[in-house]
Amino acid sequence: MSFPLLEAQGLILRFGTTTALDDVGIAVHPGEVVAIVGESGSGKSTLLRVLSGQLVPAAGQVTYRDAQGQPHLLHEMGEAALRRLMRTDWGFVHQNARDGLRMGVSAGGNVGERLMAIGARHYGDIRAQATEWLRRVEIDEARIDHLPRTFSGGMQQRLQIARTLVSRPRLVFMDEPTGGLDVSVQARLLDLIRGLASELNIAVLLVTHDIAAARLLAHRLMVMRHGRVVEQGLTDRVLDDPQHPYTQLLVSSVLAA
Amino acid sequence: MAYVAVKGGEAAIANAHGWMAERRRGDPEVPALSTRQVEEQLGLAVDRVMAEGACHDRGLAALAIKQAQGDLIEAAFLLRAYRTTLPRFGHAAPLDTGAMRVQRRISAVFKDLPGGQLLGPTLDYTHRLLDFALAAEKEAPPEPAAEIPGDAAGRLPRVADFLVREGLMRREADSGQEPPDLTRDPPDFPASRAARLQNLARGDEGFLLSLGYSTQRGYGNNHPFVGEIRQGKVAVRFTPPELGFEIEIGAITVTECEMVNQFQGSKSEPAQFTSGYGLVLGRGERKAMSMALVDRALKAGELGEDRTAPAQDEEFVLMHSDNIEATGFVEHLKLPHYVDFQSELEVIRRMRSTAGTSATGSEA
Amino acid sequence: MSHDPGYNFAYLDEGTKRMIRRTLLKAVAIPGHQVPFGAREMPLPYGWGTGGIQVTASILGRDDTLKVIDQGADDTTNAVSIRRFFARVAGVRTTTRTAEATVIQTRHRIPEAPLREGQVIVYQVPMPEPLFRLEPRLAETRRMHALADYGLMHVKLYEDIARHGHVSTAYNYPVMVGGRYLMSPSPIPAFDNPKMDHMPALQLFGAGREKKIYAVPPYTSVRSLDFEDHPFRPHRADGTCAFCGARDSYLDEVVCDDQGSRMFICSDTDYCESRWEPEQ
Repeated sequence: MSFPLLEAQGLILRFGTTTALDDVGIAVHPGEVVAIVGESGSGKSTLLRVLSGQLVPAAGQVTYRDAQGQPHLLHEMGEAALRRLMRTDWGFVHQNARDGLRMGVSAGGNVGERLMAIGARHYGDIRAQATEWLRRVEIDEARIDHLPRTFSGGMQQRLQIARTLVSRPRLVFMDEPTGGLDVSVQARLLDLIRGLASELNIAVLLVTHDIAAARLLAHRLMVMRHGRVVEQGLTDRVLDDPQHPYTQLLVSSVLAA
Repeated sequence: MAYVAVKGGEAAIANAHGWMAERRRGDPEVPALSTRQVEEQLGLAVDRVMAEGACHDRGLAALAIKQAQGDLIEAAFLLRAYRTTLPRFGHAAPLDTGAMRVQRRISAVFKDLPGGQLLGPTLDYTHRLLDFALAAEKEAPPEPAAEIPGDAAGRLPRVADFLVREGLMRREADSGQEPPDLTRDPPDFPASRAARLQNLARGDEGFLLSLGYSTQRGYGNNHPFVGEIRQGKVAVRFTPPELGFEIEIGAITVTECEMVNQFQGSKSEPAQFTSGYGLVLGRGERKAMSMALVDRALKAGELGEDRTAPAQDEEFVLMHSDNIEATGFVEHLKLPHYVDFQSELEVIRRMRSTAGTSATGSEA
Repeated sequence: MSHDPGYNFAYLDEGTKRMIRRTLLKAVAIPGHQVPFGAREMPLPYGWGTGGIQVTASILGRDDTLKVIDQGADDTTNAVSIRRFFARVAGVRTTTRTAEATVIQTRHRIPEAPLREGQVIVYQVPMPEPLFRLEPRLAETRRMHALADYGLMHVKLYEDIARHGHVSTAYNYPVMVGGRYLMSPSPIPAFDNPKMDHMPALQLFGAGREKKIYAVPPYTSVRSLDFEDHPFRPHRADGTCAFCGARDSYLDEVVCDDQGSRMFICSDTDYCESRWEPEQ
């Protein structure tokens, strides 16, 4: 069994009198898709921000293992190293494509940015890769020079995924990637993410309130409530045989809907 | 030939100076304006030039206004350029505006308050009708104003202090740090409040007025009330190194405004009032109020409010408030830029020829 | 020549000059890095070269010979005004000859004649931050410089090529200094950029309003940003100087009459004169 790519123990974080994270631990292995589910205010988005280095926990630690297998304590890496990590080995897909895209830059430029940030200096190569990625996320390559604001919501989200995956990250954080999209568009996007993640062997840490999305994508599931992990396990096991009353409620509300 | 004509040279500059001097003087039949007249009769212009020129000297400000033909930004610039050459002896002790000999002191949040409401000299309740008697130059000397009761009566309590004492208003903490000197230290962001206030105190009145106004129109609203405006003379105290103790070296007129603003409270703090502060050299009441609104808006970050409006954006406000910097950079566009323009011409022509359009257009 | 006794030599007081010289030393030690400094108010408006003047004032000695150019020419109004300022407040020798000058203050051009060791060229800089059109926040650009996070600048070049087939920046074309810091060369035409690379003279940059100083020490690498398959190419008008016949210099286009006839002449007046004088 390989070492986890990302591992966290004993994470605690409070905002004023609210406990956002109460002794949370997690491990993500290479190529594994892990979903964190829970309703809004459960602490799942806070957990994502702590795990991706954007927030510092009051207690606990997050360990990241680089491509050479070396472990690093995330919150001691320093901003420069963290930024480098974010544009090479890691990626982040935002719920709102506008937060993840440069709206004033063409689709090709958006996809090419990470390549240029890590040193690509051949225009023709960058463009070829951008074209290839647009094809992979099912965007007409004739639109390579168009601005994202002329794209539909689903296309923007697919462009954001191309922009993130172009540098072949080993771990991608996704924050409600299908939120705000039509149901038919959601299904297609989930299918695309699942295909790319398994094809490229990318580990994904997904935050969602959408149980159906979690079931489709995730190998493993963590259920959060009030800053605590109430249940975790293989996706099918948790959803088909929920143990915790809160999980049972979540699952039944989906079935009822 | 044409080439010679486009180069300015010394003669053209000398001629420009000469022509400008003639313009400044105007019709020689009309008596020249004395700087004393400017100082005495255009007092609010003098005050504004002192505030934005960041130099308290009525005589020099009047001279600058005369020299600048009444262009107040140009006058402030002249004063700044002069001020920068002056030797520095040190810095004065913080002004104690609590001990101000007030000529005007009003509060909009209490009907009456210890020390009383003192209306003082103001246009607040004046009908803005052109007074043709002034044009007829048959101005009768105004009645001498009655002595203001309570003037020089010692310390006047501050409205903000009442609220702080009751726990209704956030107490402003002294960071204990030596304030930066914006004439010596380059700006650094995020800026300290001391640096912010210094910047605003000499910022352009029009800029601060518009920004303050924008907060009232919903761009960063913070529900302001005028807690207190006071205007009058304060002593300037200074410790000369050769004496080693503090002495009073004079008194200057300043206007101070404290706004009382609503605050909804945050996760960590209960609801309470907050404040915005304005202090301006001279009788710059409009500016002191605007400054207080902007100061409060700039606290959005530390109070955990969303920073969405221009007035809440520290870098935006502080980097664009100085009218001397702004006027220079805007007006420098008049300087020749033909070398850069030439390279742009080449690029545009190249683009048009690659795009297949004729660079000469539809010439017949 | 002597200077105006009403002012300290070269206008600024000695304390201010020392502060600026310390800033210059730091700037030279970190080529291309913008060093904040306590810029003073000058009797010229901001945007007219207050940064360049402060740098020049701080390094000027009594034995220096000063040349001032604007748009490459010694006789443009702003160049005349700054040269007269220093003649008055420093009393130093002034010249229009590039070869004779020890200090050259410039706006928008680098002289055509190669500069040599021992000379200093002082650039007037309006916006020192090369990233400001892409990211206006100083707090953010400072972080980008610290982390050498310059991908965004390349995105801009990529966009230019995608849209126009080539980079559309004609002046103030960004450069990498010493392989580390992205730097604005000031609004010189891209044509002049190659002159900055491994220049034997010391290059100093002063931005008064923005309160920044930066420097390129002699013989330092200065590379204009580009792509391998779209290399940087300096451009000039395809013409010949009507006065001296130069085909290699940067040219000004002059409209001669109402019919729109044009001619080209050297933007560097000293270079032009030096080429036709011997023939007289």
